[in-house]
Amino acid sequence: MEAGTVQAPSAPRAPRVGIRLPGVSAGLGRGIVVLYLSLLVLLPLAALAAKSVSLGLGHFWAQVTTPAAINALELTLVASLIVVIVNGFFGTVLAWILVRDEFPGKSIVNAVIDLPFALPTIVASLILIELWGKHSPLGIDISLSRTAVVVALMFVTLPFVVRAVQPLLMEMDREMEEAAASLGAGGFTIFRRVIFPNLLPGLAAGVALAFARALGEFGSVLLFAGGLADTQVSSIYIKQLIEQGNESGAAAVSMVLLAASLLVLLLVGLIQRWGSRHERSGGAGLTVMPMSGIEPQPEREEDERE
Amino acid sequence: MNSTASRWSLRVLGLGYVFLLLLLPLGLIFYKTFEAGIAPPLEAITSPDGLQALKLTLITVAIAVPLNTVFGVLCALLLVRHRWKGNFLIDAVINLPFAISPVVIGLSLFLLYGKNGWLEPGLAEAGVKILFSTPGIILACIFVSLPFVVRETVPVLQEIGTEQEQAAETLGANAWQTFWRITLPAIRWGVAYGVVLTTARVLGEFGAVSVVSGNISGETQTLPLFVSKQYENFNLPGAFGASVLLALLALATLLAMNFLKRKEDA
Repeated sequence: MEAGTVQAPSAPRAPRVGIRLPGVSAGLGRGIVVLYLSLLVLLPLAALAAKSVSLGLGHFWAQVTTPAAINALELTLVASLIVVIVNGFFGTVLAWILVRDEFPGKSIVNAVIDLPFALPTIVASLILIELWGKHSPLGIDISLSRTAVVVALMFVTLPFVVRAVQPLLMEMDREMEEAAASLGAGGFTIFRRVIFPNLLPGLAAGVALAFARALGEFGSVLLFAGGLADTQVSSIYIKQLIEQGNESGAAAVSMVLLAASLLVLLLVGLIQRWGSRHERSGGAGLTVMPMSGIEPQPEREEDERE
Repeated sequence: MNSTASRWSLRVLGLGYVFLLLLLPLGLIFYKTFEAGIAPPLEAITSPDGLQALKLTLITVAIAVPLNTVFGVLCALLLVRHRWKGNFLIDAVINLPFAISPVVIGLSLFLLYGKNGWLEPGLAEAGVKILFSTPGIILACIFVSLPFVVRETVPVLQEIGTEQEQAAETLGANAWQTFWRITLPAIRWGVAYGVVLTTARVLGEFGAVSVVSGNISGETQTLPLFVSKQYENFNLPGAFGASVLLALLALATLLAMNFLKRKEDA
């Protein structure tokens, strides 16, 4: 491979040896994987798609444009946008103090950031309503309101931005900042002109992942914000349609929600490709959270070279 | 950025946010649960419905996690070590559960296995009940937790390369020996990390399970469903007790993640 070609960031490429799947040939292994995914993931989704248009496209359109459906989709979209802006800011601040600052208990804070990934969403809803609800010891009751939707989504999406920005901050070359400072730039100018542009790929990926997560969130919103007419996010609206027996309506709204999150994930893929290109000189590519785990797939780039 | 003032304002902002959003609510629930001693929450969890929920949750974990682990390692091996035109499709499908709302996942299973669903006639004939019973819950959990092991194993596999495996083969090891003695030990921490994430997700899954389970107390209730039902019935000790149990499991998950990250980096 001549120098300068686009290459996989890490990983010496495997030569074309047969793979060691014990007792399983590659073909059989592939068959198992494809079958597993088809039966468990694709078949149910196909049933969903079929159901959504089972009564015709006109019916589909009617179902996703009822006032309640539009309300729910709109709330989901707006709340998710607010949440990713808020968490984009606080996530960057947290990543910053976790990398550049030293304070007692830092490693605990670092570990706790992942709590929303580990904590069941229904428990998140319960603990939020106990603190910020009717029985709030602080006397602040925001439960069953649109504010509660936003707070619940803030809770579940907190780790995304932190975990996407943190590694970039760790790998960042301090020399650039020193150079800028020696040229007379102030703290804020350095951040705006030197640090921020370097963090941007991570920030964008983290924000997009958080957005995708917020679009579909259900459990954490359920108890805290409830299913009132004006606090109903799309997933709760879908659940309600299912309970009312309107399966085709639920399927139709689901397809809209699904399309939206797929679009966002596609965007994440593009951002990561862009990010890893920017990072190439810096070593490791952009790594996003364990949970998000969408890796840039280097293998695909260079095909068949033996 | 280096002045003391800006450093402190960033600390206050960031830590204050984490405190108000995560730590304070979590601490409060522990306080409220044990306010009247350990007896009420314990009683609620050891009630027949509570124990049944715990048992069902454990059964779900015991089936969904091993299946997704074996699948995950197999799939990661194929993606990393075997170039194939369809790999990008497999890769995309594996990411789907991340993109789909849990309720939508539940609904798609509901439609496939439910009344008038594609598979319903055959299943009814065979006398198999999927929806509103344990198999449906397990299917939902497999769906939502499918990506974790693959996603954690792929980068580790890429990193270790194949030199050692080739050496083992040169020395006459067969495929099983190479896998058990070389490949698996090299990727074990990555796999373990994926298993921890999978377990946490299966333990806590609510949205998808709530659609397919029917939430019948003492029958098709997992712990998260138990929490919501108890809360809706104003049985707060029950809801709090089960929540604290799940929160403790979440904290254990964090510890495990921390431990494994360190092992991986070492």
